[in-house]
Amino acid sequence: MSKIIRKENLAENTKLFDIEAKLIAEKCLPGQFVILRLDETGERIPLTVADFDRNRGVITIVVQEVGKTTFQLGEMKIGDSLLDFIGPLGNPSEIEKFGKVICVGGGVGIAPIYPIARALKEKGNKITSIIGARSKNLLFWEEKMRNVSDELIVTTDDGSYGRKAVVTVPLKEILDSEKIERVVAIGPPAMMKFVAKTTLPYKVKTIVSLNSIMVDGTGMCGACRCKIGEETRFACVDGPEFDAHLVDFDLLMSRQKMYLDEEKKALKRFKGSINYGEKENTHA
Amino acid sequence: MEKKKTPMPEQEPFERIKNFNEVALGYDEEDAVKEAGRCLACKKPSCVKGCPVEIDIPGFISFIKERKFDEAISKIKEKNSLPAICGRVCPQETQCEELCVLGKKDEPVAIGRLERFVADWERKKGMKTPQKVVPTGKKIAVIGSGPAGLTCAADLAKLGYSVTIFESLHKTGGVLMYGIPEFRMPKAIVETEINYIQQLGVEIRTDMVVGKSIGVDELLQDFDAVFIGTGAGLPMFMHIPGENLNGVYSANEFLTRVNLMKAYRFPEYDTPVRVGKRVAVVGAGNVAMDSARTALRLGAEESLIVYRRSEKEMPARKEEVEHAKEEGVRFMLLTNPVKIFGDEYGFVKKMECIQMKLGEPDESGRRRPVPVKGSEFTVDVDTVIVAIGQNPNPLVPKTMKGLEVGKHGNIIADEDGRTSIKGVFAGGDIATGAATVISAMGMGKKAATTIDKYVMEKK
Ligand SMILES: Cc1cc2nc3c(=O)[nH]c(=O)nc-3n(C[C@H](O)[C@H](O)[C@H](O)COP(=O)(O)OP(=O)(O)OC[C@H]3O[C@@H](n4cnc5c(N)ncnc54)[C@H](O)[C@@H]3O)c2cc1C
Ligand SMILES: Cc1cc2nc3c(=O)[nH]c(=O)nc-3n(C[C@H](O)[C@H](O)[C@H](O)COP(=O)(O)OP(=O)(O)OC[C@H]3O[C@@H](n4cnc5c(N)ncnc54)[C@H](O)[C@@H]3O)c2cc1C
Ligand code: SF4
Ligand code: SF4
Ligand code: FES
Repeated sequence: MSKIIRKENLAENTKLFDIEAKLIAEKCLPGQFVILRLDETGERIPLTVADFDRNRGVITIVVQEVGKTTFQLGEMKIGDSLLDFIGPLGNPSEIEKFGKVICVGGGVGIAPIYPIARALKEKGNKITSIIGARSKNLLFWEEKMRNVSDELIVTTDDGSYGRKAVVTVPLKEILDSEKIERVVAIGPPAMMKFVAKTTLPYKVKTIVSLNSIMVDGTGMCGACRCKIGEETRFACVDGPEFDAHLVDFDLLMSRQKMYLDEEKKALKRFKGSINYGEKENTHA
Repeated sequence: MEKKKTPMPEQEPFERIKNFNEVALGYDEEDAVKEAGRCLACKKPSCVKGCPVEIDIPGFISFIKERKFDEAISKIKEKNSLPAICGRVCPQETQCEELCVLGKKDEPVAIGRLERFVADWERKKGMKTPQKVVPTGKKIAVIGSGPAGLTCAADLAKLGYSVTIFESLHKTGGVLMYGIPEFRMPKAIVETEINYIQQLGVEIRTDMVVGKSIGVDELLQDFDAVFIGTGAGLPMFMHIPGENLNGVYSANEFLTRVNLMKAYRFPEYDTPVRVGKRVAVVGAGNVAMDSARTALRLGAEESLIVYRRSEKEMPARKEEVEHAKEEGVRFMLLTNPVKIFGDEYGFVKKMECIQMKLGEPDESGRRRPVPVKGSEFTVDVDTVIVAIGQNPNPLVPKTMKGLEVGKHGNIIADEDGRTSIKGVFAGGDIATGAATVISAMGMGKKAATTIDKYVMEKK
C-alpha cells in the first residue's frame, strides 16, 4: 500500500500526486516509470516518474485523466492508498554532457521531461526547453521548467498562451540557427513522430519515450512491443526511451487502439457508478 | 483387482466451456479408498524414483486405505509442501505413475489423483497450523514465488531459517497464478497452499522487482544466502511478418490478462482481453492447450491449434490434449504459420500457413519438420496466440556481474543449486529452461539442503 500525501490540480484533467514510496525514491532516476494498481479489481497502468525526493521517500506522478483508471485515481484524496506501486521500471535516461540539448514536452509529457531536463542541466548541458499544449488550460510547470532551462519556449496550438504554434515550429527554427547535440521529446505519439521527422534532416540524435500498452512491465508479456528499426523490442525493459529515428510510430499508435471499445465501456460504467453512488454493485 | 484407474468425475465438455470452474472434480472418499486399494505397497517402490521430491507414495496410500487421511497428508507434507497443486498439474504419466509396477500390465495407480484427494480433504477440513521450529537466526532471501521459490522457502523455514520471498508481481505463485488457468488450477487453492507456507513463517514481499527495486548485491548484504527462482518468463515470438498486429498475443500476455488480471470478468475487473470469433494458437505444449481452451471459454466460436509437427510429438500432457479435443479445439497439425495479415485498422484478419512434412530426426530426437513447397494456404482468424515457448527471464542475470549464464540465458547451477557466485543459488525454470512444476520444486528442495549446509559451514 502506498499513501497519497499530496494532490494538486495542475491543469484541466491533469493531476499531480505525491506518493510515499521510500524504496522506489531511493533508486529511481530520470526516465524511469512506475506501475500502479488502485484496488483489487484494478488494471496495472504505467506512469512516468515526474519527480522524486530521496530524503523524504516520495515519488511524484502527473496523471492525465483519459480513461477508467486515471479518472478513478483522479477521484482519490490525500490519505488514500494505492494497492500496488511498483518500480522503478525501465531504463534511466542517458544523462551525459552533450552540449546543447533541446527538451520538448507536449501536454502531460511536460511532467516526465522535467527531471530529465534538470539532470541534463546539472551535467552542464545548455538546455532549451519547448513546452506545448493544445490550449492554455492544459499547460503546467512553466516556472519549474524555466528553472532548469537556459531558455524556455511555450507554445499553444490555439494561441491562448505563449506562441501560437505546434512545438515543431520553434524546434525547427532553433535547428536552423544553431548546432544542437541532442533532442529529447516526450508527449503524445503524434507529436513525437513529428519531432522525429523535424530533426531527421539535421541528423540530430533524438530520444523519445514510448507509452505503449503494458501489463507486467518486466519483460514477461510482450504487450509493450514496438518496432525499432528492423527489431521488435519491449518498451518496458528495452526502453521506454528509444532513438526516435528508428521508431515505427504508426505501429505504436495502432497498438494503442487495441482496446478502444473496451476502454469506452469501462469509462462509461465508471462514470455511471460515481454519479449514482453505486460503484460497488454495478454488474454490467 | 481393477485393471484400470478409478475414473475421476469431470464437468461435461458442453457445460465446462461456458465457465472457468475446474474441469476435473476430484475423487470422493469412496473413490479414493477404492483406488488406494489397488496399490501393492511394494517393498521397493519404483514409483518413488519417479517423483522428483521423493514422496513416500506407498506410505501415504496405505493411510488412505485405512481412511487415515490426516496421517496420509502428513506423510505427503514431509516431502511436498504443495500437494494440492502437484496432484493436479504434475505430469504423473511420465513421472511417478510411469514407474508404478502395475503399469507394466494394467493402468498404474492414480497417484496424482490420490495426492490431490488428501490435499483437498485437508483443505476442506481446515489446515493444521504447522509447528514452530527453533530459529537458526539466519536469514535467506528467495527471489520469485513460483514452485521453485515456494518450495525452497518452505523447506528452509522448516529448518528454522527466517525466509523472505521477493516477488515482482502483485500476486504470489508464479506460473501457478498467472499462467495455468483457473479451470485447471483454481487460484483459491494456490492461495491456501501459499498461506500454509506463510504460516511456516515465510515473509512474502510482492511488488518487488529484483534487479530494479532492489539488487541481488543488496540482498547479499542483508541475507546469509540468496536463492533465485525467477522462472522462464520471456515469451518467444516467431519473427514472421504481421506479428505485431493487434490481436497477436504471446501466450504469456493472453494468460496473464485472463488469470492474473481476471479479464474473463471484465468489466467488473478493469483489464480487458480480446478474443474474436476465430482463434489460432501456435504451438502444442501445455501452454498452447491452456490458451486454446481459455479462448473457447471467452466465447471464441473456433479455437485452432496450429502445430508444425504431428500429434505424436506434441509436448502437452496427454490428458490436456484429450480435454482440449473433447471441448472442440481443432488441431491443424504439420502446419506452420508464415505470415499474418491485418485489416485497414491494424487488426489480425488472416494467417498464411504452410504444410509441413517430417524429415530426419533432429538433435531432440524428434523428426524435423520441413516445409512442403507450394503448399501455402490461408486461414481466417482474428486472434493469434503465440505459444512456442519461453526463455529464462533475463532481468536478474543481466543485473548481476559474475553470474554465469548459458546460451539461452539460463543461470548455470550445479545439481545442488550452486551458481558461479558464492552464496547465490538457483533452481527451477531459470536454471533449466521451461520445464515442470515438480522439477522446479525438486530443485528448490535440493537448493534448500545445499543452502542449509552452506550457511551452517560458514558459521
Ligand atoms: C512508460 C509509460 C509512461 C507513461 N507515463 C504517463 C504519465 O506520466 N502520465 C500519464 O498521464 N500517462 C502516462 N502514460 C499513459 C498511461 O499509462 C495511460 O494513460 C493509462 O494507462 C490509461 O489508463 P485508463 O484506464 O485511464 O485509460 P484507458 O481507457 O484504459 O486507456 C486510454 C489510453 O491509455 C492507453 N492505455 C490503456 N491501458 C494501458 C496500459 N495498461 N498501459 C499503457 N497504456 C495504456 C490506451 O492506449 C489508450 O490510449 C504512460 C504510459 C507508459 C507506457
Ligand atoms: C500456461 C502454462 C501451463 C503449464 N502447465 C504445466 C503443467 O500442467 N504441469 C507442469 O508440471 N508444468 C506446467 N507448466 C510449467 C510450470 O508451470 C513451470 O515449469 C514452473 O512454474 C516453473 O517454476 P519456477 O518456480 O521455476 O518459475 P515460475 O513459476 O515461472 O515463477 C517465477 C516467479 O518469479 C517471479 N520473478 C521473475 N523475475 C523476477 C524478479 N526480477 N524479481 C522478483 N520476482 C521475479 C515471477 O513473477 C514468478 O512469480 C506450465 C507453464 C505454463 C506457462
Ligand atoms: S509430486 Fe508429482 S511426481 Fe511426486 S508423487 Fe505427487 S504427482 Fe507424483
Ligand atoms: S509402484 Fe505402484 S503399486 Fe507399487 S507402491 Fe508404488 S504405486 Fe503402489
Ligand atoms: S509490459 Fe509486459 S513485456 Fe513489457
